[in-house]
Amino acid sequence: MAGMAPEPGVDGGGKAGLGYRRLIGPLLVPTWVMIGIFLVLPVLLMAVYSFLTKEFRGGVVWDFTLAAYDQFFLNRGLFGDEPPVIEWTYITIFWRSIWQAAVATLICLAVGFPTAWFIATRPPKSRAIWLFLITVPYWVNLLIRTVSLKFLIRDNGPLNESLMAIGLISDPLPLVNTNLAVQLGLFYSYLPFMVLPIYAAVERYNFALSEAAADLYASRWVTLREIVLPVVKPGIIAGCILVFVPSLGAFLAPDLLGGAKTFMIGSLIDEQFRGSQGNWPFGAAAAMILMTLVLIVLMIYARAQTKAEAR
Amino acid sequence: MRRMSTAIEIRSAVKRYGTTTALHSISLEIADNEFFTLLGPSGCGKTTLLRCIAGFEDLNDGEIRLFGRDIARLDPNHRPVNTVFQQYALFPHMTVLENVAFGLKMKGMGLADRTARAGKMLEMVHLSAFADRMPAQLSGGQQQRVALARALAPEPKVLLLDEPLSALDLKLRQAMRVELKMLQEQTGITFVFVTHDQEEALTMSDRIAVMSQGRVQQVGTARDIYEVPVNRFVADFIGETNLLEVTVDAVSGAAAKVTLPGGQKITCPVAQGVMPGKHHLSIRPERISLAAKGELDAVVDRIVYLGTDLQILTHLTTGEPFHIRIQNSARIVLPAPGDRVALQIEVGAARLLAD
Repeated sequence: MAGMAPEPGVDGGGKAGLGYRRLIGPLLVPTWVMIGIFLVLPVLLMAVYSFLTKEFRGGVVWDFTLAAYDQFFLNRGLFGDEPPVIEWTYITIFWRSIWQAAVATLICLAVGFPTAWFIATRPPKSRAIWLFLITVPYWVNLLIRTVSLKFLIRDNGPLNESLMAIGLISDPLPLVNTNLAVQLGLFYSYLPFMVLPIYAAVERYNFALSEAAADLYASRWVTLREIVLPVVKPGIIAGCILVFVPSLGAFLAPDLLGGAKTFMIGSLIDEQFRGSQGNWPFGAAAAMILMTLVLIVLMIYARAQTKAEAR
Repeated sequence: MRRMSTAIEIRSAVKRYGTTTALHSISLEIADNEFFTLLGPSGCGKTTLLRCIAGFEDLNDGEIRLFGRDIARLDPNHRPVNTVFQQYALFPHMTVLENVAFGLKMKGMGLADRTARAGKMLEMVHLSAFADRMPAQLSGGQQQRVALARALAPEPKVLLLDEPLSALDLKLRQAMRVELKMLQEQTGITFVFVTHDQEEALTMSDRIAVMSQGRVQQVGTARDIYEVPVNRFVADFIGETNLLEVTVDAVSGAAAKVTLPGGQKITCPVAQGVMPGKHHLSIRPERISLAAKGELDAVVDRIVYLGTDLQILTHLTTGEPFHIRIQNSARIVLPAPGDRVALQIEVGAARLLAD
């Protein structure tokens, strides 16, 4: 029940609590080291690289320049001597990626919310089984799962074959290399990230609130809209962020399941770091722009959240 | 009770969960303006019955009539009753005022009207200063009063209260008892109150239904159920009592001749349907006095000091444990453990039970 019983606080007094607090510093050292080496350092490296000059066989020359960002946003003609106009190629790819990620998030939400609700309202014993089943696909590597998905939906794959066998269609459905296939891939990859946080929120939800709403003349629909959704909102938002952010940068699903028309940021960046065709500073700049975009979205959310809480 | 019209009439209500029966054909009538309490130990079906009236559970069989209209098949949002929940169930994302105004909003009242009315309700429960707080910022007692204001705001015909005081500490609970009773008298709304706390039930209720194992054992005023319990369960559950197995020699009208353990014979009032044979006699501990000569002989085991009262634990010379409660006073000459004492039963205080 919200706010009723005092939470067992971190600084909830007692000698045990004090002892733990003294230990927390040393215990956090590995975390800080990991974050430092594997997050902060690479991001800094990437930021520096994005301002360097491209080496022709891949790699960089230590000459600081804004060329990578210039290339991303501006078009100065084939030889670089025309007055600059806005370069739409990469912005379009970004826009398409945002759009794809948003649609994938909505689909995951539409499927994930009922799933999470279903699991959270089972008896405690069977909840564990359902949660286990949700995580089973994660025992297999994402690449292998994406490739198998491609095999499933290709022209002479089991899906098309069986649809033709039962006479529902006469020609195979062109599924591979479409937006639909990319969506399917993203949905399949990230659905659990939507289900788990919503499950956690619904599991904590006090169903007496729904009874109270019904008791005060709210219909089921109004109860869902006015009580349930606002109360489990943190879980929904966490799920949306956890699906949207990796979908935005995803390159496996778009690469393997999509075609030229579904080229996304992840693939664009990936390409810049492959072999001699690559352009490291440009890839780094694109990655920095993507990261800035994500951070802006998260900051807007965080501000909206603190405003709502301050109310 | 000003009018004696019936607010709620429950007819042969049956509720089953799988193979267990929570309510065995319960029939009750609750009068308008009445403070009616469902009292019983946990698992007796009192909360189930309340939830059936509210509409959170469906009856398997039977009727629930609200001012003559059968509501047993209606969804909770179509029943003109409101509930105060045990853990209050305040909406955590709404302010206190929004919580209280919620039912009014659902009934279609405009913003200005419902804000005004909710404000009045908060005034009534002395929480006007907290209108813009969130529920989590309130103490348990304050949350309790918000829950009360929220349930009363839509002017329900009947207010259902599911152990609303059980989460409060003793002092607050005692204060809230008085406040609840006054509120009920002020508003004239029928209260159906569920509790396992007999003191709560005895102090507030106009009438009490004592429940056990899905059945109503007895319905009556506090005095009725304390003084004239119909069976062993009620006698034992309400207050303290001494239950003695006795032999009924003869029954004539409303009196019976009874042989006590130890051989003494007394005459005592009797419920209908008691036949000669082995029965239980209920004797309240405060209706006994120590005397030079009495109906029962006992040996004192220990004396417990309770402040206003003294409890004397004894066992009869025939073996049964027996306790006595006497008022503390400077004039009392107390027996010592091991002393033999004679126990005198007040006239009419021994009650022969039907089962």
